[in-house]
Amino acid sequence: MWKSTTHRYGIIARLLHWSMALLLAALFVLGWWATELTYYDPLYRIIPNLHRSLGVLAALLIVLRLAWLVVDRRPAPSAAASRWERMAAQSGHALLYLLMVLVPLSGYLMSTADGRGVDMFGLFELPALLGPSSGREEWAGRAHYLLAFGGAWLVLLHVAAAFKHQFIDRDGTLRKMVG
Amino acid sequence: MRLHRSLTTLALASGLFAATNALAAPETYKVDETHSFVNFSISHLGYSFLKGRFNDLAGSFVYDADKPETNAITMEVKTASIDSNHAERDKHLRSKDFLNVDKYPVATFKTTAFEPNGDDGVLTGDLTLHGVTKPIKVDVTFVGAGKDPWGGYRRGYSGKTTIKRSDWGMTYNLGPAAETMELEFVIEGMRQ
Repeated sequence: MWKSTTHRYGIIARLLHWSMALLLAALFVLGWWATELTYYDPLYRIIPNLHRSLGVLAALLIVLRLAWLVVDRRPAPSAAASRWERMAAQSGHALLYLLMVLVPLSGYLMSTADGRGVDMFGLFELPALLGPSSGREEWAGRAHYLLAFGGAWLVLLHVAAAFKHQFIDRDGTLRKMVG
Repeated sequence: MRLHRSLTTLALASGLFAATNALAAPETYKVDETHSFVNFSISHLGYSFLKGRFNDLAGSFVYDADKPETNAITMEVKTASIDSNHAERDKHLRSKDFLNVDKYPVATFKTTAFEPNGDDGVLTGDLTLHGVTKPIKVDVTFVGAGKDPWGGYRRGYSGKTTIKRSDWGMTYNLGPAAETMELEFVIEGMRQ
């Protein structure tokens, strides 16, 4: 029930998967939007702050998710999947996990490049763990942008692969995570 | 005795004159980048000011006590070194919305004329910024000159001018009070 079985994901894994799916989609939109806002837009301060705050939340969730991954076992791959498909799926998932760590990390390094912390929903401040470093906002920002867009393409591939299994292979893959 | 004294005075005077003449040859100064500053100040919404500076600068100037109208300075600033004391804002200021530092990494000032007024004066020159070259006038104030404690000779000036951002193609809307900005220079040269 809470944990996964050989043929379906458990409640914890599903909660983590779907909450992060929603959160990452929102973060992608908010992040893009933040760079397009003009100075006099009423949302000029709100959107970037919301993006940073939700980004920290996503970082917390990926830590929990990786911890749960150690405890939980994953359902078996589709019986219809070939050896290379299994390997592709495994590396794709590993890469998604890696990006879910690196994207918030690069964002944090960018926002804290002047040694100041990150405001969280206006409630408290996440401290800057590293000292100020001139120019870090540039390379961390570049990395954040590239990794986020790379991640977005990988998510599309992930969704396409799930649909392919469900509707072409008809191996019931979606039922592991839905219903 | 009287003749002798006046001869001495004459000799002394001509000696002094020669010394002044020797000193008055054009002197070249290298800008000491650790004691020179290119600062900017721009209105924030009309309610306050945002101040910042460019950290990476270089230049040299020529000073001629006899012909001050030939005094001239050339300065170069790396635009990516903008520092407004906020990393994410600096990143924005380096982007295409403002300085576009990838495309225009260097801003320069080259003197075309100097109008002396005592030790001070008005400097005219070409400011190249954001790929646009336009003349500006800088009010220059002489600060001081003399030996430094380490065997060198230094000369310092401060300068001020106001520019309109849009003249240099930077039109990102920061509100009506922030159309223009003030540039402030503190330049200390070491005589070469």
